[in-house]
Amino acid sequence: MPYLGSEDVVKELKKALCNPHIQADRLRYRNVIQRVIRMPGVQEYIQQPILNGLRDKASYVRRVAVLGCAKMHNLHGDSEVDGALVNELYSLLRDQDPIVVVNCLRSLEEILKQEGGVVINKPIAHHLLNRMSKLDQWGQAEVLNFLLRYQPRSEEELFDILNLLDSFLKSSSPGVVMGATKLFLILAKKFPHVQTDVLVRVKGPLLAACSSESRELCFAALCHVRQILHSLPGHFSSHYKKFFCSYSEPHYIKLQKVEVLCELVNDENVQQVLEELRGYCTDVSADFAQAAIFAIGGIARTYTDQCVQILTELLGLRQEHITTVVVQTFRDLVWLCPQCTEAVCQALPGCEENIQDSEGKQALIWLLGVHGERIPNAPYILEDFVENVKSETFPAVKMELLTALVRLFLSRPAECQDMLGRLLYYCIEEEKNMAVRDRGLFYYRLLLVGIDEVKRILCSPKSDPSLGLLEDQAERPVNSWASDFNTLVPVYGKARWATISKCVGAEHGGSERSHTASFAVSGHLISEENKGRVQEAPDSETLMLVPNCQLTAEYFEKTWLSLEVAHQQVLPWQGEVHPDTLQMALQVVNIQTIAMSRAGSQPWKAYLSAQDDTGCLFLTELLLESENSEMQISVKQSEARTETLNSFMSVLETVIGTIGDIKS
Amino acid sequence: MISQFFILSSKGDPLIYKDFRGDSGGRDVAELFYRKLTGLPGDESPVVMHHDDRHFIHIRHSSLYLVATTSENISPFSLLELLSRLATLLGDYCGSLSEGTISRNVALVYEILDEVLDYGYVQTTSTEMLRNFIQTEAVVSKPFSLFDLSSVGLFGAETQQSKVAPSSAASRPVLSSRSDQSQKNEVFLDVVERLSVLIASNGSLLKVDVQGEIRLKSFLPSGSEMRIGLTEEFCVGKSELRGYGPGIRVDEVSFHSSVNLDEFESHRILRLQPPQGELTVMRYQLSDDLPSPLPFRLFPSVQWDRGSGRLQVYLKLRCDLPPKSQALNVRLHLPLPRGVVSLSQELSSPEQKAELGEGALRWDLPRVQGGSQLSGLFQMDVPGLPGPPSHGPSTSAPPLGLGPASLSFELPRHTCSGLQVRFLRLSFRPCSNANPHKWVRHLSHSDAYVIRI
Repeated sequence: MPYLGSEDVVKELKKALCNPHIQADRLRYRNVIQRVIRMPGVQEYIQQPILNGLRDKASYVRRVAVLGCAKMHNLHGDSEVDGALVNELYSLLRDQDPIVVVNCLRSLEEILKQEGGVVINKPIAHHLLNRMSKLDQWGQAEVLNFLLRYQPRSEEELFDILNLLDSFLKSSSPGVVMGATKLFLILAKKFPHVQTDVLVRVKGPLLAACSSESRELCFAALCHVRQILHSLPGHFSSHYKKFFCSYSEPHYIKLQKVEVLCELVNDENVQQVLEELRGYCTDVSADFAQAAIFAIGGIARTYTDQCVQILTELLGLRQEHITTVVVQTFRDLVWLCPQCTEAVCQALPGCEENIQDSEGKQALIWLLGVHGERIPNAPYILEDFVENVKSETFPAVKMELLTALVRLFLSRPAECQDMLGRLLYYCIEEEKNMAVRDRGLFYYRLLLVGIDEVKRILCSPKSDPSLGLLEDQAERPVNSWASDFNTLVPVYGKARWATISKCVGAEHGGSERSHTASFAVSGHLISEENKGRVQEAPDSETLMLVPNCQLTAEYFEKTWLSLEVAHQQVLPWQGEVHPDTLQMALQVVNIQTIAMSRAGSQPWKAYLSAQDDTGCLFLTELLLESENSEMQISVKQSEARTETLNSFMSVLETVIGTIGDIKS
Repeated sequence: MISQFFILSSKGDPLIYKDFRGDSGGRDVAELFYRKLTGLPGDESPVVMHHDDRHFIHIRHSSLYLVATTSENISPFSLLELLSRLATLLGDYCGSLSEGTISRNVALVYEILDEVLDYGYVQTTSTEMLRNFIQTEAVVSKPFSLFDLSSVGLFGAETQQSKVAPSSAASRPVLSSRSDQSQKNEVFLDVVERLSVLIASNGSLLKVDVQGEIRLKSFLPSGSEMRIGLTEEFCVGKSELRGYGPGIRVDEVSFHSSVNLDEFESHRILRLQPPQGELTVMRYQLSDDLPSPLPFRLFPSVQWDRGSGRLQVYLKLRCDLPPKSQALNVRLHLPLPRGVVSLSQELSSPEQKAELGEGALRWDLPRVQGGSQLSGLFQMDVPGLPGPPSHGPSTSAPPLGLGPASLSFELPRHTCSGLQVRFLRLSFRPCSNANPHKWVRHLSHSDAYVIRI
């Protein structure tokens, strides 16, 4: 429980606050105002001391008082914003003391949270930029963050600002350097060459942080290196040696470094990187060794021959934890790079002795089933598994064994028939696990129907190189992550961040949707024409679709009929639609499906809905007619805003494009 | 914006707990953090963790956890930097940072936190500004030790030892007892380099990387100016040329913001007015081009008899330092194939020690003189390692799982880049009369010194 203060303390505090000259004693004033945060019942006493403090001669008192305003506001709960106070704080941005200035920004940010935070217009932005050199590193980092919301009006102004910021890229504090980098990336949104330039300049500080003595800083820097590599794959290639792991580093740093190595590999350094990674494969820590093997598997997609050779050598070690991961890597590799099948098939015999875990066994059995005709003793290896099926503990392995054996039976019937019979008998008669038993029954009945039917069902493609493209993220534009730079997002990783923000969003969702008209600020720092524009700015930047917006069908229908079509577009589309796939894909980007036709019906229709964080609704109709191979999209929007509509369309297009690609 | 800050001991006991916003959790947050930390799966990083809508960010510093919680998506760099700055600051005020000093100085720590952070926002971390507001004195416990007496010579004469700063000299509070100010006029200037090296199995150098720092710890009254002269042949970047010889070349340099570089271009002199406490004046990096030979060379030879499972490793370690220098606490770590059971050793001198542990061989050499050569012969039995039959009779090939060897060591009075501090001059305000002590130290140590076998 937070300490709320006893009766006596509150009383004492009230008494202290009643003193008209309380701010005369700086330390005492600080102590009193600092303790105010969690004490109910002193609200009415603190206003006057804080207002006095704002005008005090001593900068120390002003610093405390400025933050005191935020405390006072938060203490009152959902009270109205005090316009006079806000104006006073805006004017204090011109204060002599740099810490007062930064505190003003912080305080305004908290007080104006409902209105979207402190407004940074042109005079304020330029004032802050000029004061930057007076601030300490914490102040600089924070102001750089506030400046992110300022949008220069002309190109000239933009480059003026960039010039002013240049010196901060050389700061000795990584926080300031990263803050400046982010500001550069965001401001130079439309100038890719400037962005690339900045990323080149930040290379030095980032690499220095990567080899910093502080493990934690090193980790954060590595995460950001990975982020940059997603967009500029060759960016750190010449510095690959900096990412070699050392024996004494903690596990989490080693894993990040291996990932980085895996991503920066190119023709020149592949030899050295692989050499290094091979050293890690025999590391004492099994986890790290496995991560290194998976990394080699990742590189194998581009440099297949060298990697397969290394992996094959590793099998010679006959260590369980290595063999199982190598076999799993082989499985993925064969699927993505069919040209290495031959080499893998030669390496496989003998592995079965060193695999004990479920994943590894499944991978081996799958490989034997699918490519059994190339491995002379495949049936005999599988026979061992069939012999020992009674003592097998993992149901997944048994299911895999069934499938593999039926597959192998198709290509080498003479050697497999007897064993298959035994396995089917065991699975149907003795097996306790229902899933395995069902699978057995299924194959039994399938075999009864006839061999052609079995072939039709089981002879699926044996490899699919195109999947590799799906899995490797294509080069993402810098703008797609610029707003995440220097935040916790790269440190958690995008995927984990999504789940985190989802559960946070579920708790807080809906409460902050009110988007009231711009708050009247009449300070002399804000000119009237500027204000509206600045407040619009954050909205147009990004589209945030709210995860769980559930519309009822009736509501959808009513809204759909009441709105005009805002946008219509036609996308190419081949063949049929698989509603489930599409629905899942849309779900990922937070677009909900209201209704959909069955697969194969003519014409095919779907109705989708989505809502962004400002409460604007997007209603969509997809229409697929059989004669022409195109998908018609019509979108209606509850509030007419072109920028958000455009970003919504691009999201939708990406999803539909991706689904279309997978099918064709 | 920080919601809470706390310091945990290595066992998870909360030593310091401060809630800045009053909006979350309470003290059990510290316990929650420790539970999450210890229960973390191996592949996740502990640096940033989250629970509900709260992020925990921490650093480990001298076996303490300094943790901040926040509910905002803030810059990890700034926050980590702040935490390490807090660690230095608390170290400065309490003498050194450890569980003991923190728990002896709880009041002082809270006082500092009050000044540094208000409502979760950083106010200032400069010692200069803080000292006006910090009233509490640090409590230092000085255990009595006979060692202290040994530095007092016969009849009070100065012995050799008293000219050397005792190792604990720098670990005392910066701002304590105003009474014996005169005695505390001391400056420590350390040039510390971390060396990471990777040598291929054929002896060729794959990677050299030197991370250097000039650290200053000043106990002088602030405001006194200081001039640090570096080696004049110090060049920055690949192209610059200075002096006659090959020069001392580094790739990149960054300075603390308080350093005045007016004389740097012409005379390689850094001017600054250091605040009391610790400060990193300059950082530099150097890769691939080392002016001096590497401190160590290892010549391994491995005999591997697959039939009997006998593995014989002969290691010869040559120290290429100048003869007057020496390396301390040298330790060689050699991972071995799994299942190694016994070890017999023949070492070249009695003070060395070698043992097996955690699947690796550890060879300790407490002191290696420059120019000397040491060797060790190790014989091991590896029963459970049948080699791949396809490779035939090549018995000399080392078994997989052996190596790479890594060395750790310290090189006192030696910098790998060759950078030296020529002089350290203090220009004093007239009021102070005592002649300050200046200690300049040079030190290199290994970060990762890996030799493939």
